[in-house]
Amino acid sequence: MLSFNGNSLSLHAKVQGDTVVITVRGDMNVKSVALIESLLAELLSHPLPSKVFVWHLETLTRFDSAAALLLYTFDMKARSLGATCKFHAQTNHQHILDALYHRDYQSGGVTDDRLGMIASVGKMTIQKYHSFKDFLAFVGELFAALTIYLLNPKSIRFKEIYHAIEESSINALGIIALTTFLIGVVLAYQSSVQLKMYGANIFIVDMLGISVLRELAPLIAAIVIAGRSGSAFAAQIGVMKITEELDAMKTMGFDPYLFLVLPRIIALMIMMPLIIFFADVMAMLGGMVVASIELGISAQLFLDRFNEAVAMKHFFIGISKGPFFGFIIAAIGIFRGLMVENDTRSIGINTTKSVVEAIFMVIICDAVFSIIYTNMGI
Amino acid sequence: MSRVIEADNIVTRFGKHVVHQNLNLHVNRGEIYGLLGPSGCGKTTLMKEMVLLQKYQGGSMKVLGYDLNTIGHQKAQELRQQWGVLFQFGALYSSLNIYDNIAVSLREYTTISETLIAEIVSYKIDIVGLQQSVKEQYPSEISGGMKKKAGLARALVMDPKLLFLDEPTSGLDPISAREFDALILRLRTRFDLSIVMVTHDLDSIEATLDRVAILDEKKVVAEGDLATVKATDNRFVKSFFKGRPS
Ligand SMILES: Nc1ncnc2c1ncn2[C@@H]1O[C@H](COP(=O)(O)OP(=O)(O)OP(=O)(O)O)[C@@H](O)[C@H]1O
Ligand SMILES: [Mg+2]
Repeated sequence: MLSFNGNSLSLHAKVQGDTVVITVRGDMNVKSVALIESLLAELLSHPLPSKVFVWHLETLTRFDSAAALLLYTFDMKARSLGATCKFHAQTNHQHILDALYHRDYQSGGVTDDRLGMIASVGKMTIQKYHSFKDFLAFVGELFAALTIYLLNPKSIRFKEIYHAIEESSINALGIIALTTFLIGVVLAYQSSVQLKMYGANIFIVDMLGISVLRELAPLIAAIVIAGRSGSAFAAQIGVMKITEELDAMKTMGFDPYLFLVLPRIIALMIMMPLIIFFADVMAMLGGMVVASIELGISAQLFLDRFNEAVAMKHFFIGISKGPFFGFIIAAIGIFRGLMVENDTRSIGINTTKSVVEAIFMVIICDAVFSIIYTNMGI
Repeated sequence: MSRVIEADNIVTRFGKHVVHQNLNLHVNRGEIYGLLGPSGCGKTTLMKEMVLLQKYQGGSMKVLGYDLNTIGHQKAQELRQQWGVLFQFGALYSSLNIYDNIAVSLREYTTISETLIAEIVSYKIDIVGLQQSVKEQYPSEISGGMKKKAGLARALVMDPKLLFLDEPTSGLDPISAREFDALILRLRTRFDLSIVMVTHDLDSIEATLDRVAILDEKKVVAEGDLATVKATDNRFVKSFFKGRPS
């Protein structure tokens, strides 16, 4: 009634009186089980022709636990339909099969734990709420640690601060220089087309000077540092958490806040203004190059006009954002690192979050500054 | 095929540092074979070479009849489905729960129905001595010993012919470790397995190993059954089996 001949497997089933005789030859293992499974499903889909299935498995060349489990589940299904199975197999194969009938565990799959939309929105909201609370706790610990630093200046880890300065800021200068120079070039190039139409060439200096010093250089620098150094903080500290380095430090009496957290935050707070200054210089340089090529404004003329038209306050406003941006980037990076749980996947998730959240918070902070300075009339 | 692994004059170097110099050994079908030796003698490295994770610089290696020197991508994939590897710390996929960790090969390489997959996974979880309730848990939520057992269940899921174990009993409590030994022996007789393991556990060595190779001074200094190996004149052998009746 059923016959299959394959490369390394053959299966024949025929009805003899009130029994079905099934003969399998060849390899009955995990590789061929899927095929046999579909053949058997066909067998059971018809009304049962008989009450007994007799299996001849004596000449099998391979037999493994997947095959045994297939026969076992077939038997269970047959029983539920009022039939029985008889197996004739080699002794060692019979052992594998017999063992299944003495099992004392409940088999089964796992329930799908995916949530519906409303449930996942709810879950996410609660998660966000908890992570906000955790962040507040983090900031609290930070200031507690800062008081220790201030009350006892000897506990300041100058070496760590210096190291963090080098890693997170000095080594970032190359990429900062490149990006801000290009921003200067692009900006000057785009505006030069417009300015030329009005014959207002010289105003390129005012335009570039104010927008770059006040807004663009701090923002671009912060975004680059968040992507480069904030994420590095998150990943470093996250890995230290997984390898239990943080726990080791704590048990040896080294407070991670004093040794890891504050040095990084202080480093970025010190360095961010300097990075912004550097970004200012590079962006203006880019602007100058384009101004002289496109608009025929010599470097001398550019600098003279810069002196006249761009007030000092714009420079200071830009620089003054530095420590705040630095704090935001470092704090969020480290906080995300500390949020890493005991598995590698959460390093990836938290590193990504550190960058996204840091950039977002930097932009919010920038908007707040903008409102404050405008209201102050500067 | 009576030899599942044959290593011929294997040479391994990391830069100038020579780890293996003309190393020879073979593993017979159906035996439990141990790699022993002092720390840093290159046991893990040798095992990695056997499972195509690392290249050797000279010699030739045959695993289950495949020549690793000339093996192509297709054949390598074929070979990889015929062995199971248990890493020292389980190396479970952290984004999958234990059930999916074990089921992943079945889903990838076969078209077995989910119902039968559930049967197979439950069975493997049972034979390695885990509770069925771990199925829904993630690797970060279970202990080191449980990770190891889950790793073994994953290594066994395709009913491999050859099993590689790197320090399977380290990090297990003594009772679990002895259970592990019994499990290994049971698996071997029931499923016609050949097993290669790195181990430092003397009880485990006595209980399970059929043949051992002692790696020292960049070579196999002794190979054979335990009694033969214990009788060799080697500093490591002397101190390692010190006080044990031979
Ligand atoms: N990626 C690598 N680069 C350089 N040297 C390596 C590398 N991997 C291993 N080694 C060196 O090869 C030698 C053998 O290392 P291996 O990890 O195989 O030792 P082992 O015998 O498993 O030791 P243990 O018993 O401590 O696990 C060591 O001296 C090690 O320093
Ligand atoms: Mg090792």
